[in-house]
Amino acid sequence: MGETSLLRTPLYPEHLRLGARMVPFAGWEMPLQFRGIVEEHHAVRRAAGMFDVSHMGRFEVQGPEAAAGLRCLCTYAVDRLAPGQGHYSFLCNESGGILDDIYVFRLAGERFLVVANAANADRVRGWLEAHLPTGARLVDRHRSTAMIAVQGPRAVETCAAALVPALGSLPRRACLEVAWGEGTLFASRTGYTGEDGLELVVEAETGAPLWQRLLAAGVVPCGLGARDTLRLEAALPLYGQDIDESVNPFELGLAFAVSLDDGATFVGRQALLRVREQGPRRLLACLRATERGIMRAGYPIYRGQDEVGKVTSGGYSPTLGVSIGMGFLPPPLAQPGTALTVGVRGRPLPVRVVPRPFYRPPRSGQREEATSAQP
Amino acid sequence: MPSPEDLRYTREHEWVRVEDGVGTVGITDYAQDQLGDIVYVKLPPVGTVVRQMEPFGEIESVKAVSDLFSPVSGEVVEVNAELEERPELVNLDPYGQGWMLRVRLADPSELERLMTAAEYDAYVAQEMQG
Repeated sequence: MGETSLLRTPLYPEHLRLGARMVPFAGWEMPLQFRGIVEEHHAVRRAAGMFDVSHMGRFEVQGPEAAAGLRCLCTYAVDRLAPGQGHYSFLCNESGGILDDIYVFRLAGERFLVVANAANADRVRGWLEAHLPTGARLVDRHRSTAMIAVQGPRAVETCAAALVPALGSLPRRACLEVAWGEGTLFASRTGYTGEDGLELVVEAETGAPLWQRLLAAGVVPCGLGARDTLRLEAALPLYGQDIDESVNPFELGLAFAVSLDDGATFVGRQALLRVREQGPRRLLACLRATERGIMRAGYPIYRGQDEVGKVTSGGYSPTLGVSIGMGFLPPPLAQPGTALTVGVRGRPLPVRVVPRPFYRPPRSGQREEATSAQP
Repeated sequence: MPSPEDLRYTREHEWVRVEDGVGTVGITDYAQDQLGDIVYVKLPPVGTVVRQMEPFGEIESVKAVSDLFSPVSGEVVEVNAELEERPELVNLDPYGQGWMLRVRLADPSELERLMTAAEYDAYVAQEMQG
């Protein structure tokens, strides 16, 4: 694929100015790293870092049938969200396979914001357009806005001080729209790093001023490299690696995003009812290396001589100082404590199944399974 | 920044510095910069015989794994054990504390097949454009 066709976010000039190393990702030219992946990773774990996530799809769904229309497509009961609330959800096909994992925010009674993975943005748009009723209108905000994730133990207080005080008291998973500069700032208390933080959306032309304001407040610019190591430590699955259409939400262990008992029907519900009844045939397990060596996506997982799965995400954990990974295993083997090996270029690397997640912020008693799941 | 004058270089971005028939081997500053944060270096045990331009080990960064190729043939007489605990030395000081092997040269004429600093810098400049 020619790199000439790559899309650029409104923050592209900021990345060049900061000397970021740019790479193609899901059709976009995105920063892989600024100062270095490990340094950026620690900045998020210890203070505050920010990511340009403008490549992620953003769609507003508006109208009297917006809530009911989205309920028919989302695994989670998004019609039960109060204005100002958000929740992680899946879009599934009829067999319960995941088309995308998304975040849905209810901005107002008849207005929702759907945030989709960059690689699936076009598919999600097509799916919504094909299935939403006439009383629900889709407004594509992908190219007209910029999105910045500010993450880390100091992210919220820094945003409150540098942008709008109200951001400081936003509850987890909640969202608000507030005036900032010439326009409107959307903020949600969500993220994809396992840390507290906010995700911000502004009009495209306000992206650079917002980025610069945060930079001036000491927030460290971070790239996709750190985003990947952070989400892996938080055991948050990534579409395209850990998730595809053959995977259902129960196999991911993310039943909290599936509402089967609210009386509503949605695409994939029948299939997911069966999975819940019979139990998933495989489970996404967390693997931690017990010796030196790095497991990576695609490497085989062995129980003795038998291959029992493949690593779907793997790498080095800067926080733990060892290699960690995830992969699907038969449920009996997915239990914490199971000793397995991963074939690392022909050599066995001993690993152990550990509880999810690998890393939890020290001071938080209110962490949840996944506060978002967007790469 | 130009590469050190006193070393010889491979197309795979390793360097060798020869003193008294023993070559010290590492990877270049360009290589460490491209790899990013290095988290694991797998080196052969002392006594291993390595061959010119054949893999002698592996280097893992946060991003990816790469083979390490020996610039020279010969017996490994010392490995940098420090890298086991501090692989980041390769990032911090690629031509110094980040060295990897010392090899007793089997055939010093092999050095002629390696690039000089000027040749290597031109090679890297070309690679960065392509």
